[in-house]
Amino acid sequence: MPTVGVKRDLLFKALGRTYTDEEFDELCFEFGLELDEITSEKEIISREQGDSKASGASDIILYKIDVPANRYDLLCLEGLVRGLQVFKNKLEAPRYRRVSPVNGEPQKLIITKETAAVRPFAVAAVLRNITFTQERYDSFIELQEKLHQNICRKRSLVAIGTHDLDTISGPFTYTAKAPGDICFRPLNQTKEYTATQLMSLYKTDSHLRHYLHIIEDKPVYPVIYDSNGIVLSMPPIINGDHSKITLKTKNVFIECTATDVTKAKIVLDMMVTMFSEYCSQPFTPFKVLLVFQELAYRTERLSSEFINCKVGINESTEKIAQLLTRMCLRSRATGVGDEIEVEIPPTRSDVIHACDIMEDAAVAYGFNNITRTTPRTYTVAHQFPLNKLTELLRQDLAAAGFTEALNFALCSQEDIADKLGKKISETKAAHISNPKTAEFQVARTTLLPGLLKTIAANRKMPLPLKLFEISDVVLQDETKDVGARNSRRFCAVYYNKSPGFEVIHGLLDRTMQLLDVKSARGEGYHIQAADDPTFFPGRCAEIFVQGKSVGRLGVLHPDVINRFELTMPCSALEMDVEPFL
Amino acid sequence: MADTGVVEALLRRVEKVDDGVDSLEVATSLELDHQVIVGAVKSLQAVGDVISAELRSSKHWELTDEGREIAEHGSHEARVFGSIPVEGLPQSELMKLSFGKIGFSKAMSNKWIRLDKAHEGGPRIFRTVESIEDQVREKLLLLQKGNASQLEEKEKNELKKRKLLSEVTVKTYWIMKGNSFSTTVTKQETELTAEMITNGSWKEKKFKPYNFEAMGVAPDCGHLHPLMKVRTQFRQIFLEMGFTEMPTNNFIESSFWNFDSLFQPQQHPARDQHDTFFLSDPALAHDFPQDYLERVKKVHSEGGFGSQGYKYDWKIEEAKKNILRTHTTAVSARMLYKLAQQKFTPVKYFSIDRVFRNETLDATHLAEFHQIEGVVADYGLTLGDLMGVLHQFFTKLGLKKWVEVGNSGIFRPEMLLPMGLPEDVSVIAWGLSLERPTMIKYGINNIRELVGHKVNLQMVYDKCGWTDFTFRM
Repeated sequence: MPTVGVKRDLLFKALGRTYTDEEFDELCFEFGLELDEITSEKEIISREQGDSKASGASDIILYKIDVPANRYDLLCLEGLVRGLQVFKNKLEAPRYRRVSPVNGEPQKLIITKETAAVRPFAVAAVLRNITFTQERYDSFIELQEKLHQNICRKRSLVAIGTHDLDTISGPFTYTAKAPGDICFRPLNQTKEYTATQLMSLYKTDSHLRHYLHIIEDKPVYPVIYDSNGIVLSMPPIINGDHSKITLKTKNVFIECTATDVTKAKIVLDMMVTMFSEYCSQPFTPFKVLLVFQELAYRTERLSSEFINCKVGINESTEKIAQLLTRMCLRSRATGVGDEIEVEIPPTRSDVIHACDIMEDAAVAYGFNNITRTTPRTYTVAHQFPLNKLTELLRQDLAAAGFTEALNFALCSQEDIADKLGKKISETKAAHISNPKTAEFQVARTTLLPGLLKTIAANRKMPLPLKLFEISDVVLQDETKDVGARNSRRFCAVYYNKSPGFEVIHGLLDRTMQLLDVKSARGEGYHIQAADDPTFFPGRCAEIFVQGKSVGRLGVLHPDVINRFELTMPCSALEMDVEPFL
Repeated sequence: MADTGVVEALLRRVEKVDDGVDSLEVATSLELDHQVIVGAVKSLQAVGDVISAELRSSKHWELTDEGREIAEHGSHEARVFGSIPVEGLPQSELMKLSFGKIGFSKAMSNKWIRLDKAHEGGPRIFRTVESIEDQVREKLLLLQKGNASQLEEKEKNELKKRKLLSEVTVKTYWIMKGNSFSTTVTKQETELTAEMITNGSWKEKKFKPYNFEAMGVAPDCGHLHPLMKVRTQFRQIFLEMGFTEMPTNNFIESSFWNFDSLFQPQQHPARDQHDTFFLSDPALAHDFPQDYLERVKKVHSEGGFGSQGYKYDWKIEEAKKNILRTHTTAVSARMLYKLAQQKFTPVKYFSIDRVFRNETLDATHLAEFHQIEGVVADYGLTLGDLMGVLHQFFTKLGLKKWVEVGNSGIFRPEMLLPMGLPEDVSVIAWGLSLERPTMIKYGINNIRELVGHKVNLQMVYDKCGWTDFTFRM
């Protein structure tokens, strides 16, 4: 969920009234948002960097509001206020219109075929006769940043560039060129650089370096020129300095370049609909490229019965149309049965199915006003047999004096191989490709390392330590669709001044008794000497149940004990649980 | 038990007086150390109500060792005076005496003696008065006889300052007859023995009372892990509500079942390397239900089933990527798909198992945690039903502020219809982490104190209270 920070006083000014914190929290809840935090820049800096750094910072109160991930129309003050005002019936949802310039032709953006190799899509629009103030300007820049971080997937899917139209002249050309052939003065720099130079310049830039990888390895880089060859931008990295917008900018040229054209259109629609209210003719951005249908309104028809049934309410068709209208979904009862016609504005790209309309109706109705009911679904419950067996065993193992440990399913290769005296290639382990640290290299193939690490962390506890765990390990298995399967294991360790093999052996006998398996070769269980590098020579036995091996027990090898930073003898048991189902 | 002779002697003394006797007095008259009498009092108290003893404390002056020496031999200055003959004494001779140094300066300040530094043969000391009166000794003798009241406080304090006198607090018992007073006491037994039961001697014996204030001996037992105990409770709640447990023993899942089948677009941030663990070996999954996969592809890329879709280029390569599942909803998707392949019957499912996130670790986030999930699929379920089920679930749990601990909702048609579920079937679901409510219940702030090998086993031994989860209907 993205969090939007807005200045409280600006918000209240725009809403036309003030609220107490509690009242505003309540309003957010009703509208499906969450007032996450009440803070100030000063407070944030002091929390993150210490009081000394915060001394000069602003202490204007900020509301941090959590917004649903797909509600891009609520990512700035303008959109938030518009949504809330319509919700509170204080404003009618605006209609966004595209208009042509009074004099002359609409602007044009020509897309050349070279872009296909790197970033094939572009859409653009013009906001005419806009009036910026410092606050509007800040909000404009911040919305770009919010969109870049969310729907644009850190500029990889879409990148936004905004320009002062009066410093450049159309038609514009979106093309792609070899990095050495692109040369311009980038934003806030004093001299010209080639694209190649820029890429190395920005390697150390704390902000821009995160975007370099998007085009770095491509043979050509995307670039937008005006009719005089002035570079507007080199998306998705940086704009040119020439066309940068200022508080005095009157006409804003907005371009979105993309690898996903649907998202580019959504992003452009968001930029223009949010800020068109500051145009001399509010809500009327000028459209640039005619190929795409920005500012498209869509009409859906659904029945009030559908809404009533899905939400669990019983409201009239007219009332439901009113509820939806309050959510910026202009709706009316068509008079044909209980049909409702719903208009989805370009700001609501999240509405892609009737169920989204239903959800908005529920928000407008108020979740807390919906009567809670109990589904009459009659069912008989079943436990998953493996979990049922596990639950029963755990109880009795604790009753046998052993304490349950709970360890991570992920660990290092070393834990399951080297430390146990085994080779990683023999473990059948599933390997993780992107672990942030060595602790997450593999899924464990044995429970033993976890228990030994638990003992190592608890060496101060009185001896003996008697631990067990029943949990899943993961093994590669070609017969499964994903190539791996879980295997439920039971592992126990005894750590004391003497090895206590008889204690672990006794626990095995007790476990078999609980599982109704008798001590006998053939039909029952028996153990027999085995060689295993994890165990001390001559002190390891394999456990057989009905002639099949299910696990091993024994006294751990001193090397293993040392590698887990332990100092005392230790005996252990690990076996499969699934054969006993 | 104190010496029987002393106890009986004490009891005989107490028998003679009706209004009681002081323990110190008894000690003096029996010529015993006071502590011996105190011991006898304590052992009699333990027997029962033989005597009643009230603890009293009193202060009195006592001579120090040095004080007693002076009372016997005289003050240092008087002894100095006494050692000087008429013809005087060399100073060096005087200083050899044990009391010489202190006594000399005191006697000088009393002007009893004088020092002739210029005397031939070294400095020499002479008497200056005929006789003296050793007041210090006389005062100490008075105190020693117990006549402290004849001295003024100022005088006593002066002696105290000279470390000849100290004020001590004496604790004594005022002993009176108890309700079951008797001059003879029986020896008490500490424990009942098998022999006593056999020969019946327990009937005649008295037993030493137990100290019920002490703690018992901790039982030598095993313990279940607190998080697993809470898991058991959640399982119980679901089972009581008629939910069937899903088989969630598959940590490795394909992106297809974990994301695509749930209508999560392929560019969704959750599918990023920064949020999800991908596998290098086995890297890819295979064997997808082909026609279902085609429907999933279509609903993502083109829409359908009443949906606009996401309108992007859906790639099978992305769906094949194996990951560590990020939620158990991947299993719910498999179960619902399976359900759709047969004649639909309503179901209620639950699971509690591990899920994995490749996120930044902090006090409340680990790379793996347990997800609790509940799913109900039936004809015509409503949002009201979802809220009703949640209410029942969290009421059983005893959590009032449930909105903050989990997520809930109705599965989207774009997820359910491609599976082949009937159009009028709705599926409601909710999920929460097992760790969060457990941390709240046990008052643990750092998740590492609850899960993993670094936990303190003492915590596992101690965090075992059941109350919050058990005694609610």
